[in-house]
Amino acid sequence: MGMTMAEKIIAMAAGVKETKAGDIQTVTLDYMMSNDGTTHLTIDMYNNDLKNPHINDPSKLVWIVDHNIPADSPKTAASHKKMRDFARENNIDFYEGEGVCHQVMMEKYVCPGQLIFGADSHTCAYGALGAFGTGVGCTDYLYAMVTGTSWLLVPETIRFNLHGALKEGVYARDLILTIIGKISANGANYKVMEFAGDGLKSLSVSDRISVCNLCVEAGAKTALMEVDDIAMDYLKSHGRSPKALFKSDDDAIFSEVYDIDLSEIEPIVAKPHFVDNVVPAKESLGVKIDEAFLGSCNNGRIEDLRVGAQIIKGKHVADKVRFLVVPASREIYNQAMEEGLLSIFLEAGAIVMNPNCSVCWGSCQGVIGEGETLISTGTRNFKGRAGHKDSFVYLASAATVTASAITGEITTADMLK
Amino acid sequence: MGRIFKFGKDVDTDQIIASQYLLFPTIDEMKSHTFESLDTEFASKVTPGDFVVADENFGCGSSREQAPSVLKALGVKAVIAKSFARIFYRNAINIGLPVIVSKVLYDESSSGDEMSLDLDHGIILANGKEYSCTKLPAKMQAILDQGGLIASLNKEEA
Repeated sequence: MGMTMAEKIIAMAAGVKETKAGDIQTVTLDYMMSNDGTTHLTIDMYNNDLKNPHINDPSKLVWIVDHNIPADSPKTAASHKKMRDFARENNIDFYEGEGVCHQVMMEKYVCPGQLIFGADSHTCAYGALGAFGTGVGCTDYLYAMVTGTSWLLVPETIRFNLHGALKEGVYARDLILTIIGKISANGANYKVMEFAGDGLKSLSVSDRISVCNLCVEAGAKTALMEVDDIAMDYLKSHGRSPKALFKSDDDAIFSEVYDIDLSEIEPIVAKPHFVDNVVPAKESLGVKIDEAFLGSCNNGRIEDLRVGAQIIKGKHVADKVRFLVVPASREIYNQAMEEGLLSIFLEAGAIVMNPNCSVCWGSCQGVIGEGETLISTGTRNFKGRAGHKDSFVYLASAATVTASAITGEITTADMLK
Repeated sequence: MGRIFKFGKDVDTDQIIASQYLLFPTIDEMKSHTFESLDTEFASKVTPGDFVVADENFGCGSSREQAPSVLKALGVKAVIAKSFARIFYRNAINIGLPVIVSKVLYDESSSGDEMSLDLDHGIILANGKEYSCTKLPAKMQAILDQGGLIASLNKEEA
């Protein structure tokens, strides 16, 4: 019987010839990423709860301070220090100020065919390069750190065949929000969302990361995409090569199959307080905003900044509106500087911040107050996600967010022409 | 016996414990903020042995293990929901917090109702009625039986 891409990656990591959905496998992990959201607790458990504290292979650990960098309080500073000191003592690759953890992983580590744990739910982004990345809590992380292994229930796969190409003014983010709206916030719970089809080649690696990254908002265990020339070019340009190249067999079993015509996707907005609460952006026009955010692991890449800069060039952020622009990594920040994009944003009245998770997680910076509304390229719009519990977050593409920053209300970019 | 605290559908981990508390040094310092955005008094009202009962997809969103940890630290005995999001489910078992699937308890109970739970037999008793709950997969039951994944690891390495 044929195997899915996920089954092949897990079989390889488990050292078995084949496996199928529903099996439980013990797998050897390729990398284990952790960030400042939970690592301080992992270290406490390591020091206080283990009978025999040791690290199986420090070279497989990557620790990234991104959620609250630079520190916003003495408590945060203490948690960062704990992480920094432990990394230094144990020869763990450690970054702070380098970028949002998933973007840093894509730029420096992730290779096709790998199985990666991340102590962060958006680890599913790594499927953009054909790697099985999945989010875990700090106890699973600690177990993996000590043993180099973990157990996995082999998931079923939902297959999305993409056809054609997105229209001008429509972005990968509109595509994935449309899909989440269609299958709902738990439509892929415990499952893999696999993307294939001729439409894949119309999506850049940046687009692919946007799509895979958000799949956890439908509950997915991970997202996967077949590796093609576009993914291979990205990999080569970052000096890496695949561990293994897999795709699902023709006779693999999928729990569901969807065919999606990319040309039918329209600009989308996810309304408060659920990511699957999506409507065509046209139906949300005119909602007043207090803040706009262009950034995050989902939508803070150079391609997104170019989209925003092109729209805002020669225009200005609306009166009494804050527009936060946050490149997702140092590499992107540098490139945006070289391309003159940061000057365009600054001249338009935007606030350009250092690479970090920013207001996407409501604790770092730019948080919104009671009754305020944010339009965001971030990952989530949960109640209170961006600050006060009684505030509102709309999710949209870089284009819609930037256009809204200019007018002070939800606006699609085509309306500014 | 413990009391039921009911929450709805798609309760995400940001609602259970918000971002601004996650980098506090310890779970004990975070726990008074549990469910703050949904019920500001939850943390002061809940007492050890009480239960959280919810609709579909409880614990969706972020992988923050602080979410099941603050519930356990407040003494919540178990979470009973129609379904759970994957990462929360796994995290809860790993730290020894029972998470139990019942498709009907949510619809047939109210906040403040008294209930009891017989974990070994998977039986809930509430409002004079018995509810049987879905069994955990054997792998996860074994982790829970040993008191969580770290206890289980310590045994493996003994």
